Amino acid sequence: MSGPPVIEVEALRFHYPRRAASVLELDRFEIAAGERILLAGGSGSGKSTLLSLLAGVLLASYGAVRLLGCDWREIAPATRDRRRADHIGYVFQQFNLLGWMTAIDNVVLGSAFSESRTARALGGWGSLERAAREALERMQLPASRWQTRGAELSVGEQQRVAAARALIGRPDLILADEPTSALDEPLRDAFIEALLAASDEAGCALLLVSHDRALEPCFARCVRLNTHSGGSASGAVPAR
Amino acid sequence: MSSVILRLAWASALNRRLPLALMVAAIALSTAILVSTERLREGLRAGFSEALSGTDLVVGARSHPVQVMLSTLFHLGHPAQNVSLAALEGIASLPQVKWLVPVALGDTYRGMPVVATNTDYFRWVRTGESRPLVFAQGRAFSDGPPQEGRFEAVLGATVATRFALKRGDIITLAHGSGAIGELVHDDQPIRVAGVLDGTGTPIDRSVLISLEAFEALHAGWVGGLPPRVGQLPGLRQAAPPSTMSAPPEARRPVSVTAALVGLHSRAQVFNMQRQIERPGPEPLTAVLPGVALDELWRVISRGEDLLRLTGLLVGLTAIGGLIATILAGLEARRRELAVLRALGAAPRTLFALVIAESSIANALGIVLGLAASVLGVGLLSPWLRTNFGIESSSTWLTMQQGALLALVFGAGLLASLLPAWRAMRLTLADGLAPPH
Repeated sequence: MSGPPVIEVEALRFHYPRRAASVLELDRFEIAAGERILLAGGSGSGKSTLLSLLAGVLLASYGAVRLLGCDWREIAPATRDRRRADHIGYVFQQFNLLGWMTAIDNVVLGSAFSESRTARALGGWGSLERAAREALERMQLPASRWQTRGAELSVGEQQRVAAARALIGRPDLILADEPTSALDEPLRDAFIEALLAASDEAGCALLLVSHDRALEPCFARCVRLNTHSGGSASGAVPAR
Repeated sequence: MSSVILRLAWASALNRRLPLALMVAAIALSTAILVSTERLREGLRAGFSEALSGTDLVVGARSHPVQVMLSTLFHLGHPAQNVSLAALEGIASLPQVKWLVPVALGDTYRGMPVVATNTDYFRWVRTGESRPLVFAQGRAFSDGPPQEGRFEAVLGATVATRFALKRGDIITLAHGSGAIGELVHDDQPIRVAGVLDGTGTPIDRSVLISLEAFEALHAGWVGGLPPRVGQLPGLRQAAPPSTMSAPPEARRPVSVTAALVGLHSRAQVFNMQRQIERPGPEPLTAVLPGVALDELWRVISRGEDLLRLTGLLVGLTAIGGLIATILAGLEARRRELAVLRALGAAPRTLFALVIAESSIANALGIVLGLAASVLGVGLLSPWLRTNFGIESSSTWLTMQQGALLALVFGAGLLASLLPAWRAMRLTLADGLAPPH
């Protein structure tokens, strides 16, 4: 595979400012382009912290976290924000949408802060609105719901819109933080299926955090973050 | 990028439209107060200054200069004493004096002041930027004996339009303010000889007659009561010997209220003032209208300042409320800020977002207030003109008003730094994981 991996983590140590104890220790971790990975781990194991580190919102205390070969710590805050907008789509556990905006507008917002993603969406579909419709279609949100305001969508629908927003303009990496935890089983399966298909189609790497072992068969690689009492953690252990 | 921020700010503001609308209304109210006050103030001042043009001195009986000026030029208040025509003729004969126009006041026509003077008035009086009086129809009244059995009058523009009068109409004047119906000079109807063009000064609201007409109207009056007083109900006083049957004579009054004086050279004005006010058989006051007007404004400006301060305070209170509304909303919006952050919004972008939101509300309030003020003053201006002679300023937005509005907007902008800064701090502290 040519080019640097999408994500490259080396000897990462992280602790919050003014607190001595490490929240997260991770010796080596990589995500290759287009790869799909399930990240498992008990609550408090630092999964959300890791996602923030990968997205460049938090910075490593020691070690390196690189996105496409570029260490988050070595670039200016404004550049970090731009790189995040350009290369990463993010799906939260819930409350992903701006409630007063329509589903379509929420999706369009996904490329609003990135020129390259806007250009890609325009290049592919001619207009941002068309690109958003396409992404919503891929996430199987019925067209009758596209003009509905975010706050009026069901939780399952909101997650679909959030995924469509992460997909628009084809970022290199989608980070999803327990996106299915608020969904029941049939909804969860449909959502995961649509998300995997859509990210494959868009050529995005996907890192999905979940403690739900039922999802493991869908992922080529599963990674477990181990928690030890006292806050120190061991590195990532390949699950299989 | 900035269009994204504006769109987001607008959508976000719409989402909280009720509390924001109340704040916008409060800002609009303060803007309306500020701008309307300024407009009326400027209109009032401009109108007053316009009426002064060309008159170097106003001479009246010994009194306060402001009172002499107000009663003579603006027909406000009642002069306490008269000045004799003989004394005025003495002044008129001085070499420095170019012209002198006597003015007698006290009668009204349906609430409009009657100004008794002579035809020199039309020759010398100037308004605005030295504009002479122009007749819209007809001509000046004639001095001396009545024409074709009647005295004549010239009407100001407002009087003519308000009472639908034209050349040739016959009117009846009233004594004093005209509030008491009985005291009308219906024994001496007057014919309208002409109507003046509008000037934007108190002249528009006045009825001009000759001194001879004025004297004839009051012939036989004693102590401010007409000779027919015996006919008034409730008074059993016998009527004085009737002089009524005598035909009107062309007599000039012995004394008048004041005189307008023009000098050959403005430089002599202080000299003349001293000369006129020098102790003599008849104590006189000579007023420089501009100086007296300045004195008046000094008194009035306190009230104006208070009104302006009220407007500013309303504005500041409204801005305080606006900021509190936005601040209170921020806690609930931490989720939203985290989402925007995950989308790649920089903390300073979110800072700008909050600033944009409050600026939109602020600007909206100011625009609405401005519109309300323009509309309100516009609707009221005919009423203000006919009833108070105040010409409301027609300029859309003067420098001074602009400065006040900029002050309101600037204060809003400054105050919105607080919630914007707070939004940025929350963003940085929460990262992608705000409390649920």
